Amino acid sequence: MKIELRFFASLREALGVQQESITIPAQVNTIADLRSHLAQRSDVWAEVLGNNKVIRCALNQQMVDAGTLLEDGAEVAFFPPVTGG
Amino acid sequence: MANTFIRIQEADFDLTTEITNLRQGDLQVGAVVSFLGTVRDMNEGSQVKAMTLEHYPGMTEKALHDIIDQAKTRWDIRKTLVIHRVGPLLPEDQIVLVAVTSAHRGEAFAACEFIMDYLKTAAPFWKKEETPEGGRWVDARITDEAAMARWRKK
Repeated sequence: MKIELRFFASLREALGVQQESITIPAQVNTIADLRSHLAQRSDVWAEVLGNNKVIRCALNQQMVDAGTLLEDGAEVAFFPPVTGG
Repeated sequence: MANTFIRIQEADFDLTTEITNLRQGDLQVGAVVSFLGTVRDMNEGSQVKAMTLEHYPGMTEKALHDIIDQAKTRWDIRKTLVIHRVGPLLPEDQIVLVAVTSAHRGEAFAACEFIMDYLKTAAPFWKKEETPEGGRWVDARITDEAAMARWRKK
């Protein structure tokens, strides 16, 4: 399954990645799976995406929770809680 | 979507012009409520010299449309305008305008506050402040979550 990753704000800065296309292994099915999968990339990724961090996620530009199933071709964004207004 | 106006822009805006454009030509309007958010020079005990607003193009517009649609199902409102600035901003600058027109004031007051409370927690904007100690991303406030949560009970 291929997905398009997007990162914003403090996550984008800490990871040094704004956007990336990746192919994910078959056992990665949910948003939570994807987060754990990405956290294995390096110490920095583990730190930024660690379970102790409050992170929001959007699937195809809709806010979703960790249990949401991924779909092929989806745009998945990770970002900190929003602070607009 | 009709009667909903959303603009994400770097440029400043003129409050009087925006309100006039929103209400003119609709003779059923008897109330206009607006909220204007501006940049403070202090936050969390530090001086703020400047800030930069980042957003998620595409999702931002969808989230704001969704918030306004929810407001329209709850209150009998006429037109709604949200302008949110992005990019570099300085203290005193205008950041956000939410304006709602309706026949009577009660609906417009409630809808404007609802839209603002939801924007604070559901629209993908992020502020980074420049302080004497360096740049820092603003943390979300618990009080913003609480402000949104109280609308769920009604």
